Amino acid sequence: MKNKLFEKYFVFSPYFWLVLFFFIPLAIIFKISISVSEWGMPPYQDIFLFDNGFKINTTFENYVYIFSDYYYIGSFVNSLILALISTFFCLLIGFPLAFYIATSNIRLRNILLVLVVIPFWSSFLLRVYAWKIILQNNGILNVILLNLGITSEPLQLLYNQYAVIMGIVYTYLPLMILPLYGYLNKFDLNLIEASKDLGLNRIKTFFKVILPLSVPGIVAGSLLVFIPVVGEFIIPEMLGGSDRLYYGKILWEEFFVNRNWPGASALAFSGIIILVLPIVIFQILYSRWSQKNEI
Amino acid sequence: MKSSLIKSTVVFLGLFFLYFPILVLIFYSFNENKRVMVWKGFSLRWYNELFNNEQIIEAFIISIKIAALSATFATILGVMIGYSLVRIRKIPFKSFYIFLSSTPLVLPELILGLSMLLFFISLNNVIGFPSSRGQLTIFISHVTFCIAFVAIIIQARLTDFNKNIEEAAMDLGYNYTKVLYKITLPIILPSIIAGWLLAFTISLDDLVVASFTTGPGANTLPIVVFSKVRLGLSPEVNALSAILMFALIIIGLFYFYFNKKFKH
Repeated sequence: MKNKLFEKYFVFSPYFWLVLFFFIPLAIIFKISISVSEWGMPPYQDIFLFDNGFKINTTFENYVYIFSDYYYIGSFVNSLILALISTFFCLLIGFPLAFYIATSNIRLRNILLVLVVIPFWSSFLLRVYAWKIILQNNGILNVILLNLGITSEPLQLLYNQYAVIMGIVYTYLPLMILPLYGYLNKFDLNLIEASKDLGLNRIKTFFKVILPLSVPGIVAGSLLVFIPVVGEFIIPEMLGGSDRLYYGKILWEEFFVNRNWPGASALAFSGIIILVLPIVIFQILYSRWSQKNEI
Repeated sequence: MKSSLIKSTVVFLGLFFLYFPILVLIFYSFNENKRVMVWKGFSLRWYNELFNNEQIIEAFIISIKIAALSATFATILGVMIGYSLVRIRKIPFKSFYIFLSSTPLVLPELILGLSMLLFFISLNNVIGFPSSRGQLTIFISHVTFCIAFVAIIIQARLTDFNKNIEEAAMDLGYNYTKVLYKITLPIILPSIIAGWLLAFTISLDDLVVASFTTGPGANTLPIVVFSKVRLGLSPEVNALSAILMFALIIIGLFYFYFNKKFKH
């Protein structure tokens, strides 16, 4: 009897907290996203009206408004492209690093792994700020370029989409390396030797042996980079210019500047449905499936 | 021969890429000049100004307080989730439980921040609480999204852990509670500490969620730093970076130490 009480306490304390402070807030976003907007405080009407009998007062106008305006769709697409490019570069830099760390001898491996992840522990905001210093007009990169005679005058490196990609690849790289390393680490190195013995050259070994076996790691790392980058706000704000608008910025301005709460909520909820839900459902199905197969 | 050269070069370039910006930041923190990018000479001037900057010091204290409290709550609740998911069979609406405990990991911070803010505003309209936003609302939001990180560490630890030890203790007459407190929790203690450190750092570093849920008297360190560097550079922030980077890297090393322990 006592065990049961104990289990209930363990299951329901966090359950209660998360329903109250996570699920209900998400439900409120949905509720406000289907409310009729109006001038006032709060800037939307209630979805249940009781003045002349009970009436449900909802609308999908906010979604129509967002999805028919290129300003919103365009910035969402910009964010998706940004996330795609950044994920690609993280993979390009992260894969060889993860591979070589995983194939080092065990002592070196642990040291390298800690070295790779440690920057991730230092402040995110300050790491982005560091790039602001490096990419200034009189910053260190321009000084090097000038002294090498590659350019005759300082380049405008900051406040454009390339600076944003740079900042994202830099800050998210450890998130790519860790899961990649996790999978590459499990991998039997003899397979590489075997494929060489069987006459495959390096390039073929890479595409036929190494790459297929690291697919789960690539998928995991790419998701860890891709999803947060779509919603990234700080990096474009600090390093980006006005050449491109992104989803995060639009959402922020819709809420804080335009004071359009229903519009901002509709943007946020669309983001959840398009981006987050498919992955979460996949995860839940996968974890239930793997649990069942284990038992 | 050739391949080991390539290997060393790749690893060296990778590490250089990761550490170069941090080193630049620390280097310029010793610059005497107020104009950050023009080197004038070595000086500790900005460290001195930093320690006399009340706004930054106050923000730092608020941030540490919120981070320590939310890490503690998140660790307690996260351990409960990790334990429930691995050891307790009957969880009502289990998929929903997993959904609640894993979604904060992948939800963009911006959406989480917006939902928390709208929640607090609605709650205030309904029950008159919280009448203004501030440290309490940041604390609640930080707990909510740190829980998932702790839960995942604990879950991984408990999955590895040999259940026989717990069963043996039960056969020897320990009851459920005693097994938990005398056997299970002590064994996973390093992971609990690692989870706390991770939650602490995440809370300390968070800008987006805190920006949404902050209010009067609750300017956390990232909020103050962001307002200083959004439009330009600040020599005081350089000095702060050097100190903070150093402190956080030490916390990171501790995390590795505790999280490593269970792997062997």
